[in-house]
Amino acid sequence: MATQSNLAHQDAPKPGRRDFLYIAAGAVGAVGVAGVTWPLINQLNPDASVLALASIEFDLSNIQEGESVTIKWRGLPVFVRHRTAAEIAEAKAVPMSELKDPATDEQRTKPGHEQWLIMIANCTHLGCIPVGQSGDYDGWACPCHGSQFDTAGRIRKGPAPTNLVLPPYEFVTDTLVQIG
Amino acid sequence: MAHESSYVPGNVVEKWIDDRLPIIRWSKEHLMDYPTPKNLNYWWTFGAILAFMLGVQIVTGVILAMHYTPHVSLAFDSVEHIRRDVNGGRIIQAVHATGASMFFAAVYIHMFRGLYFGSYKAPREILWILGVLLFVLMVTTAFMGYVLPWGQMSFWAATVITNILGAIPVLGTPILELLRGGFAVDNATLNRFFSLHYLLPFIIAAVVALHIWALHVPGNSNPIGVEVKSSRETVPFHPYYTMKDLFAIIVFCIPFAWFVFFAPDILGHPDNYIMANSQVTPAHIVPEWYFLPFYAILRAIDFNILFIDSRLGGVIFFAGAILVLFFVPWLDTSKVRSGTFRPVFKWFYWLFVANFVMLAYLGAAAADGTVLGLPVATFSKLCTAYYFFYFLIVLPLLGRFETPRPLPTSITESVLAKHKAPAAAQPAAASTSH
Repeated sequence: MATQSNLAHQDAPKPGRRDFLYIAAGAVGAVGVAGVTWPLINQLNPDASVLALASIEFDLSNIQEGESVTIKWRGLPVFVRHRTAAEIAEAKAVPMSELKDPATDEQRTKPGHEQWLIMIANCTHLGCIPVGQSGDYDGWACPCHGSQFDTAGRIRKGPAPTNLVLPPYEFVTDTLVQIG
Repeated sequence: MAHESSYVPGNVVEKWIDDRLPIIRWSKEHLMDYPTPKNLNYWWTFGAILAFMLGVQIVTGVILAMHYTPHVSLAFDSVEHIRRDVNGGRIIQAVHATGASMFFAAVYIHMFRGLYFGSYKAPREILWILGVLLFVLMVTTAFMGYVLPWGQMSFWAATVITNILGAIPVLGTPILELLRGGFAVDNATLNRFFSLHYLLPFIIAAVVALHIWALHVPGNSNPIGVEVKSSRETVPFHPYYTMKDLFAIIVFCIPFAWFVFFAPDILGHPDNYIMANSQVTPAHIVPEWYFLPFYAILRAIDFNILFIDSRLGGVIFFAGAILVLFFVPWLDTSKVRSGTFRPVFKWFYWLFVANFVMLAYLGAAAADGTVLGLPVATFSKLCTAYYFFYFLIVLPLLGRFETPRPLPTSITESVLAKHKAPAAAQPAAASTSH
């Protein structure tokens, strides 16, 4: 220990090599702890087997007009509804000003396939599955907290903040749809 | 309430231990000699009842884990296996399941006792905060435990409640997927809930130790809210309160045993005897009774508040209803601790209790029904408003405007007044000394 540096330390405590070492060691330690902690948290995220089911194909030819089916995509239920002409007309007649989450019927379907409504079946409030063809708007009504959706799956009443979510999908042929 | 230890090691073995790890000394000080106000009533026995219930849940839970299978295709059947095949499993499972209800019944009484008698006031703020933390841990543990039988209610409770976190702006979806381990509630969710359901009770036990530590520093409050002034106003915890608590535990076990032996399923929901199905939501989903008041608050917010949408709004009020409890020691501005001496407070307090029960009733009612002629949605909003009005407006303002009744000068005075001359009220000098 050089006496000179000790004296200097007493006069005015200015950052020296030792302080630098403390901070550097602390920083390296913190990075190390974070590096070890991350995999322990990341293991909670969806694993490879869950992600592997990300895309499915579905044949629509057996669904008659006015029928719906619920299929499973990434563990989530998905509504596939073959809408009637009356339902499509009803959905198109709604003025945008009446909608909490405005979207036209065209935005809710694919061009040329507007009879098909494909939506994730979980209510956008807290995830229950709404019951089809019920409620005041001839669409869906959620039994849990009373949200109601119209024939285009748009939110019309109740606590749900947004319309039923559309999954990414496209028509491979007129009767075959790929979701995901 | 610092005091000298009166422990004298009885023999050479005790002396030897005492010199190395004074655990017998510590136990005698805190479990036997601990000076306790002599005027505690039966509302003060619920702490011991809760400690007993935690023990019951841990013992029965560890046993159930020996027979339970945390897998989506086997969990439901394994619970039935416990109930039908395992020796005594019918009773052990019923003790654990109805035990959760008894645990919550006790904790609500314990909390309402604290709110009435001002047990949260200085110098017991940390004691109260640890208590609220314990309540939050209990709620989390009970929720995860309810998911494990993997019935329809289990599954949809898990879906709805985890979705609450999805309401958080921006980070909601990543957090939701992290919590569930998938895009929907599934096997990964069930497995981690089982793991955490096993872990959390031990965390609770540790916080209970802190809670009791924080109790033993200032000592118990008491029904008149006037601090202990001399050792003559206290009695040793053992045998006075150990026996009283034991008696209360036995009385508490009578309804508990009735549920276990005669109606183990009465508090449950029939839909939970249908195995979980991710494609169908039950027509009417309700949480267990002990979550109903908070569920009603969550559901009451079905409108957007400025830029906050209804879903996030509901979640904010839901979380706020519990978080506000942490701040009660500072929201209540009254210098008088016990509600007994606060004539106006009493009205607001009992209305708050009735309001809480009403919220529970509304939480169980169908979302589009009516109660007492009012739509459930409107009624729930009114009750939610009063819940927050009580904590945020009544407690802060009442301390300024209310004139409390004169306080007894000491515990001794109040006890003697009660027993010698019940008719003669004590117009003793009003004391605001604490």
